Amino acid sequence: MTQTSFPKDVISCIEGKCIALPGDDIDTDRIIPARFLKCVNFKDLGKQVFADDRSELKGTHPFDLKINNNASILVVNENFGCGSSREHAPQALMRWGIRAIVGQSFAEIFYGNCLSLGIPCATSSPNEINSLQKSINKKNQQNWKLDLRSQIINSSIGAWKLYIEDGPLEMLLTGKWDATSQLKSNEYELDRVQNSLPYLNKFHIN
Amino acid sequence: MSSGTLYDKVWDLHRVGNLPGGTTQLFVGLHLIHEVTSPQAFSALEDKGMGVRCPDRTVATVDHIVPTTNQIRPFSDPLAEEMLSTLERNCAFHGINLFGIGSGHQGIVHVIAPELGLTQPGMTIACGDSHTSTHGAFGAIAFGIGTSQVRDVLASQSLAMNKLKVRRIWVDGQLSQGVYAKDLILHVIRTLGVKGGVGYAYEFAGPGIDALSMEERMTICNMAIEGGARCGYINPDSTTFEYLKARKYSPQVEEWDRAVTWWRSLSSNENAIFDDEVYFDSSAIAPTVTWGITPGQGVAINESIPYPESLEKGERLIAQEASNYMNLKPGTPISGIPVDVCFIGSCTNGRLSDLQAAAAVAKGRHVAKGIKAFVVPGSEKVAKAAVQQGLDDLFTKAGFEWRQPGCSMCLAMNPDKLEGNQISASSSNRNFKGRQGSANGRTLLMSPAMVAAAAIAGEVTDVRHMLTQKNS
Ligand code: SF4
Repeated sequence: MTQTSFPKDVISCIEGKCIALPGDDIDTDRIIPARFLKCVNFKDLGKQVFADDRSELKGTHPFDLKINNNASILVVNENFGCGSSREHAPQALMRWGIRAIVGQSFAEIFYGNCLSLGIPCATSSPNEINSLQKSINKKNQQNWKLDLRSQIINSSIGAWKLYIEDGPLEMLLTGKWDATSQLKSNEYELDRVQNSLPYLNKFHIN
Repeated sequence: MSSGTLYDKVWDLHRVGNLPGGTTQLFVGLHLIHEVTSPQAFSALEDKGMGVRCPDRTVATVDHIVPTTNQIRPFSDPLAEEMLSTLERNCAFHGINLFGIGSGHQGIVHVIAPELGLTQPGMTIACGDSHTSTHGAFGAIAFGIGTSQVRDVLASQSLAMNKLKVRRIWVDGQLSQGVYAKDLILHVIRTLGVKGGVGYAYEFAGPGIDALSMEERMTICNMAIEGGARCGYINPDSTTFEYLKARKYSPQVEEWDRAVTWWRSLSSNENAIFDDEVYFDSSAIAPTVTWGITPGQGVAINESIPYPESLEKGERLIAQEASNYMNLKPGTPISGIPVDVCFIGSCTNGRLSDLQAAAAVAKGRHVAKGIKAFVVPGSEKVAKAAVQQGLDDLFTKAGFEWRQPGCSMCLAMNPDKLEGNQISASSSNRNFKGRQGSANGRTLLMSPAMVAAAAIAGEVTDVRHMLTQKNS
């Protein structure tokens, strides 16, 4: 399943097969049904991604098609990842092998969760996404390349212009998407704010 | 861009600085954690050799996985037991206060923090759970975060955030009898759509909101996220202060007046600028029930399941999908749809006033034959207060099961689950496919009183008729 190591450092280009997953409002309960949240680590989530949708479709779900084995770029439609804040959803996708997602739009928390794992979410217009999805389905064995700097996804079939928000883009390109260390480095300012908050200082307002 | 709103003021107070990528580093005043989204964060922290920056601003409880019939340890489900013991270990190791089972304060995280007075106006509150928006009812800026952000907050007591736009949802009028806060928020989401709030914080204001109790306000803010708004809030007022008075973690007596003065100063200014404003009239709202697979697919009790063609273009596909999944034909009146399971509980509607509203319907009546109905209080404190009022007896006599506190069948991470394609009347917040523990289980969201009415009638029914009839 997982063909490359998890994202680290600078992320500027994702290469590999694309997998098209049409449908609006695909929520986190569908990406990873709640019963699989019962775990103390994320190890097995890759196998369980879209479990219910897949069993319903008995082998014909895009994530079960042989042709999509080892795909690394997921192409979705509108409001992908809506629902709960569970990081299990992007974790499950990442552990299945997804390294970038392209779609019409993303739910906000999901988008942030992806970014903090080093998974870029790029958007494009409905028409562009539909045509991209169609091209993927036409010739599945293409090698696709998503270049973050030029914000283009292309293969020998053609090229599609994408959009990645400036902030996240800079974080990915500089390798500073892992927020924890960034946040910790501001100790002085953190103390300043903490000491200025009335509710942490017996409601004395300085 | 908004200015002078409570959101702006709280944001500015907690702003630590700018981060690479243009996000803001925001200080988190209160961090709530539970057993599902914290274990991976703690282990990531250990991997990085980091500790918890503010253990005293971190509070834990256990809610999602606890069984509601027998809470004796070890739990019969070894995975659930492992999750709880992992949380216990992590809290003990890092010096974090854990309100565990039997502490008198255990319960759903969004029920207990307000109860304890931990949730206060002007705070930023984060929790690895999307319904953290609940705490906005107090005039806090509260939002759900993912596990990697839980790790960030544990490590730094702060988060990388983008500022949201602010939409004011102005509500005039008063809810009529038999219509509840749940109906109001289901109506708002139905009108603005489940994506309508993406990128926004929702400020709920106006006479229709002012008139609500704190518990009703929590129901409203709880579901802001179902409308796409990551946080929802209500300006603090005397109702808020009354509620907070003398709670365990509320400001001490000598601090109280200073606290209230500060809290008052946080409300949105009269000349505040909002990015958007919308209007609703509470008095025009009827009991509302969802028929589909998103919380926005709701209808008033006297309406029918819509024909996909009759909806706006963007809604048709998902409506079709919903009607297939739910196996409910367009054109069928929502009233009269038979149900199998009735669930009263959750962080949306598992508080004392919710149980009272349901009890008022159940009193002197009986659950219809073949229906499984159960009541799960939101916390140990809610359970205790309900028992003191005899609600447990009342429900049991009426044929409801009375359970122990937890999230229960809201998301069915414990043994409370739908089976097969059973259909539930549920006072929870999500009707997503498979949400209640069966891959093809079906959920109709409604107010707790409407759930009680459905349990008694064996089908979806207008609770207003039961309230006007005399209980036999
Ligand atoms: S009651 Fe439901 S929505 Fe609320 S915290 Fe528990 S699982 Fe989440």
